[in-house]
Amino acid sequence: MKAWGVRLGLAAMVAALGVAGASASEPGYAVPHQIGFQTPVTEVDRYLVWFHNDILMPIITIISLFVLGLLVYVVWRFNEKVNPVPSKTTHNTMIEVLWTVIPVVILVFIAVPSFRLLTMELVVPPADLTMKVTGSQWHWNYAYPKDAGGFNFDSYMKDEKELKPEDLRLLAVDNEAVVPVNKVVKLEVTAADVIHSFIIQSFGIRVDAVPGRNNETWFKAEREGVYYGQCSKICGKDHAYMPIAFRVVSEDAYKAWVADAKKKFAAADGATQLAAADAAPRH
Amino acid sequence: MFSTNHKDIGTLYLIFALIAGLIGSAMSGAMRLELMFPGIQIFPTISAVLAGDGSIDAAKNMYNVFTTAHGVIMIFFLVMPAMIGGFGNWFVPLMIGAPDMAFPRMNNISFWLLPVSILLLVLSMFVEGSPGMHGFGGGWVLYPPFSSVAGTPGPAMDFVILSLHIAGASSILGAINFITTIFNMRAPGMTLHRMPLFVWSILVTAFLLVLALPVLAGALTMLLTDRNFHTTFFDPAGGGDPILFQHLFWFFGHPEVYILILPGFGIVSQIISTFSRKPVFGYLGMVYAMVAIGAVGFVVWAHHMYTVGLSLNTQRYFVFATMVIAVPTGVKIFSWIATMWGGSISLRTPMIWAIGFIFLFTVGGVTGVVLANAGADRALHETYYVVAHFHYTMSLGAVFTVFAGFYYWFPKITGYMYDEKWGNRHFWLLFIGVNLIFFPQHFLGLAGMPRRYIDYPDAYFLWNFVSTIGALVSLAATVVFVYTVYEAFQVKRIAGANPWGPGADTLEWTLPSPPPFHQYETLPQITGAEH
Repeated sequence: MKAWGVRLGLAAMVAALGVAGASASEPGYAVPHQIGFQTPVTEVDRYLVWFHNDILMPIITIISLFVLGLLVYVVWRFNEKVNPVPSKTTHNTMIEVLWTVIPVVILVFIAVPSFRLLTMELVVPPADLTMKVTGSQWHWNYAYPKDAGGFNFDSYMKDEKELKPEDLRLLAVDNEAVVPVNKVVKLEVTAADVIHSFIIQSFGIRVDAVPGRNNETWFKAEREGVYYGQCSKICGKDHAYMPIAFRVVSEDAYKAWVADAKKKFAAADGATQLAAADAAPRH
Repeated sequence: MFSTNHKDIGTLYLIFALIAGLIGSAMSGAMRLELMFPGIQIFPTISAVLAGDGSIDAAKNMYNVFTTAHGVIMIFFLVMPAMIGGFGNWFVPLMIGAPDMAFPRMNNISFWLLPVSILLLVLSMFVEGSPGMHGFGGGWVLYPPFSSVAGTPGPAMDFVILSLHIAGASSILGAINFITTIFNMRAPGMTLHRMPLFVWSILVTAFLLVLALPVLAGALTMLLTDRNFHTTFFDPAGGGDPILFQHLFWFFGHPEVYILILPGFGIVSQIISTFSRKPVFGYLGMVYAMVAIGAVGFVVWAHHMYTVGLSLNTQRYFVFATMVIAVPTGVKIFSWIATMWGGSISLRTPMIWAIGFIFLFTVGGVTGVVLANAGADRALHETYYVVAHFHYTMSLGAVFTVFAGFYYWFPKITGYMYDEKWGNRHFWLLFIGVNLIFFPQHFLGLAGMPRRYIDYPDAYFLWNFVSTIGALVSLAATVVFVYTVYEAFQVKRIAGANPWGPGADTLEWTLPSPPPFHQYETLPQITGAEH
């Protein structure tokens, strides 16, 4: 029947997802036609992608196909034309116990790596660099501590007119945050007006920026490059227009950038502080 | 119009849900068209028409207003009125052998609160919200500070709050009515363990409503006083916390999603049993699985909040509790299949919808297991993966059960038979359409596309395009649906008391179609085995 063909086609797509998700793309952003995660560049995200692609995906694909197979079978085998007299069975304790216990076992099996991943994400190791990230309508502000320059700057999305050929539309920003490679960077994330959410796909991090709260997350990027994220909590008209861009560079390049940035943002610093105070909650 | 008859009120609810559903679907259609290509295309026009402002900023705002209104309308004005108000009112009294609901006049007011409520919601789209903008665009979750004076100082938000207050009051009144009716008005011999599963599902749902909605009402009232009377429940500047609102909201919000799906479970149980000509397999297991889903549903709310900064142990608990729900849900899926096993299955239209539901709900269920893991949710939260997940459970789950119930009871309600061919066409078109819409959204979510975005990086183009094609197919399905209903009323094939044969063994099929204004003047006696 063509109808079942459609279902099988969809199921094949589920299976394809499991396979293709593993062959990840290289850059720190999504590429056309992508159907899996972006390339991980931290240990945490590698574990996350492994957990999803190699543990969860096969399990849910098999369960979906199993249910689909059962449905196809009963419709075919117990159709009224084939089986005109229905049976009267309404209980079978054995099978009822089985279909309760087996899912429990599967869930316990999932829970072990799940809890390990959760711990990796949430327990912050000793940090080499601590940055403050503040979300506002509709841009991000990155502040570096005193011992790493003591400056802060706003990061706005580049307008379509300002885009250079290599820039990505809706992702490129005027001022990228720059961090050293292979160092533990701890982020303290908050917001100045409404809730925003800070994410970078390739780092496997996501944390809400909530006014009045200091949420923390961390990453240790293992490869140089630019990695992107987009605000992920609806925050007003330009919710889709406040991307996040982190450039991961070598230790030397990072030092050089800090020296530059110190001069560049020192002048702007006073003005930004004032602006931040204006944006603080009312009352 | 002022009828207090449960069947009239049920019909009003169904008509109301149909209209609201068409409005809500039109909104989602507009959003899908917008997302068909990168860039902003149609919302400046929509905004020019609705708000008199065709600027790009107004368009961006209007898109957010649409996402919000679409969510609220589909939840509060389509699924809830159709399942609980419509089918619940019609068939709970019929199935338990009662002449009417316990409080007929309260039944009337609980319906008439709804048009007022949706009117307030629609009005909110035409008054100021964020400075210089029309309507509230913060999503159906209404998180402050965006929904507070900081983000939406205009009165649009107050309209939304009042709208939800009234919708909540309507549902609470309805729920009290159902609980009273089911506990006190069952026909002689209709013990709780002989009640049809649909009645059980409405009973559990009514309890969820009574327990969950007051919490929403409380949170909304706090938000209202924050906005208008300078309290600071959710404002850190005055010692409050925006996260408190999220806890309150989801303490309501998570049971709410079970409120949306449990009556659907009940409908599907009736249909599977009818068209397999077999009693439901594991009746007691099915009943207590629903009760368990309802109970556990109250202690998993923070799985919507893994990213707000909860501690490690809190997140561990919510991962664990959330995964527990998969067990009773699995019991239901397998029991439905076991009911069909050994049966004599007749593939009439309602049965096809029910079988389609089982598969689609399974797909939505297993992605729920993925999202339950806080660790993995870190990558998927607020992306299209979540959109795909809850549309597989709600749009393809709950709405499919509404259609299943609609075709199942249409002959009973109207006395006319719809055309099987058209019912089938409606199913297959919608099945293909919604799968085309939502399956590629898993890909978008994994690749990182956030929800509630009017525009997206160009890499996400392909799957957005496919998704919109699916929306167009679904539009065609909706046209077919309207035609199917029109055709049935036009041709007037007489259905008879029981068009489904010996499998349809619940009490409503013992009455003529449509049932008389007053039924059961002598109460039916229920005999037979306890389950």
